[in-house]
Amino acid sequence: MPGWLYRRLGDRLFSALVVGLALGVVLAALAIVWVLYQGGREALHTFGFLGFLTGSRWDAVRGEFGAWPPLLGTLLTSAAALFLAFFPALSAALFVVEFAPRALKGAVAYLIDLLAALPSVVYGLWGIFVLVPLVRERVELPLFTWAAAHAPGLLAFLGPPTGIGMLSAILVLALMIVPYASALARDALALVPQSQREAMYALGATRWEVIRRVVIPYARAGIFSGVVLALARALGETMAVTMLIGNSVNLPYTLFGPAATMASLIANEFTEAEDDLHLSALIAVGFVLLLIALATNLVAAWVLRRMSLGEGRK
Amino acid sequence: MNLRRRYLRDRVMQGLVYLGTLAVLLPLFFILYYVFVQGIGALDLAFFTRPPAPPGEGGGGMLPAIVGSLVVDLIALALAAVFGVAAGVLLAEYPDHPLNPFLHLVSDVMAGLPAILMGLVAFVLVVKPMGHFSGLSGAVALALIMVPIITRATEGVLKLIPWEITEAGLALGLPRWRVILSLVLPAARGGILTGLMLALARGAGEAAPLLFTAFGNPFLTLNPLEPMDTLPLKLYVYAISPYEDWHRQAWGAALLLAAAIMVANYLARRATRS
Repeated sequence: MPGWLYRRLGDRLFSALVVGLALGVVLAALAIVWVLYQGGREALHTFGFLGFLTGSRWDAVRGEFGAWPPLLGTLLTSAAALFLAFFPALSAALFVVEFAPRALKGAVAYLIDLLAALPSVVYGLWGIFVLVPLVRERVELPLFTWAAAHAPGLLAFLGPPTGIGMLSAILVLALMIVPYASALARDALALVPQSQREAMYALGATRWEVIRRVVIPYARAGIFSGVVLALARALGETMAVTMLIGNSVNLPYTLFGPAATMASLIANEFTEAEDDLHLSALIAVGFVLLLIALATNLVAAWVLRRMSLGEGRK
Repeated sequence: MNLRRRYLRDRVMQGLVYLGTLAVLLPLFFILYYVFVQGIGALDLAFFTRPPAPPGEGGGGMLPAIVGSLVVDLIALALAAVFGVAAGVLLAEYPDHPLNPFLHLVSDVMAGLPAILMGLVAFVLVVKPMGHFSGLSGAVALALIMVPIITRATEGVLKLIPWEITEAGLALGLPRWRVILSLVLPAARGGILTGLMLALARGAGEAAPLLFTAFGNPFLTLNPLEPMDTLPLKLYVYAISPYEDWHRQAWGAALLLAAAIMVANYLARRATRS
């Protein structure tokens, strides 16, 4: 009975194939968590999970590994980049949705999305040869000489004005995460019903008052999830940061001086790791990074889901 | 007076929004300008046809990296397409399947994970058992990055296909699998291709997950079981080197990479529109 075969067996086989492959995707995701945990277990056992997180020395020669310096570097650079990126990203979204003439809308939106498409190494290359000299000559040296003359107490905080260091990494990172925050904010702003704006205009509000009182509050869930996604990107951004931050895990960090993030530490040391403990410590750093990235992504997914549920209800 | 203050504030805020937008666009132009101006001079015939030369000799090229990029990216895309499209089909065409909530969560969250972690995973799962670096392990790392992009794109476009098409097929007596393979997937071809293009564009620019998987190789090879060079990797190595002519080639690689990725993105957008 070929017809029976064709119908019944065909459907069984096809759905088994699809389910099997999809199961592969789920298993791959679980494998990411499991592999990083297993790989880092030796280091986590040697120092204890909390001890590893709070250990403030990362010294491969002495076999002493604490993740606090790269963790701190990641948190500082990401927070600073997010702070720098937030208002420009929101401005760009507002510009596209509320202010731009029709002809400009698409072009500006495209250019901002292009920022997300450019590879990290290209940002890094530009950072090394264009941004770093600029930051050194125009920002760090003037500030440094001013501080040396007027406020010597600041010098310990500023650090060596070489251009390669935390400030340059933060600037490039901020630029790189703008499109992620901006794209979601743009979508959320565009979803605000026109009637809401018109009602506010009818009350005599200016354009800014409409934006401030109606448009932004209405879109806040989308704006917030965009910020969280941008943060997730900043936490894991590797190449550009590795090329610009100077890669030093010695605390204390300074504003101009070299530092390290979790991602840059892994990128920088992994191929040079000699003994098992060093390798395991680097994978454990990856595991910590995974936990942080998972948490931020889950928050963003949760907010987005709540937002779309809200849309469904109205 | 009060009204004038409100108007003034309106103007000031509008100015700030314009300024903020410029603050984003100017650096972008700055980057594109530098990549073009510095890169265009490096793109000569030798760049595309010759293996790298030692620093100072000049005349070297990027042939192994270009070939390696193609090999690694295409293997990654093939791997990711099989799993990603299947997962998208399950999400869209079997909406009640018990695996779907997990799949949704996984495809949402995986897309946001740092790319370098995929490199670590591929190192542990492929490089370690094999005992050496390889293009294949790099492709596995990149595939892990591409899968969620393809899954989401496939699911999205399949959900746009009118349910009537499925019903029409079933009414003609076709079994479910024929309906999906012969009616639904062809109707969604453009959108699925868009997803594949976007995934390729994303993977092609990654260097971080390849640092300790594909690793790099100055010699031309087509064998994915050997270490391989790719353009982003070579760009990174050249950029942090102290040699002038390597820097020049790094800019060339940046231009080539940026142009390829912009073209892929453009094609992806066009495929969606038509």
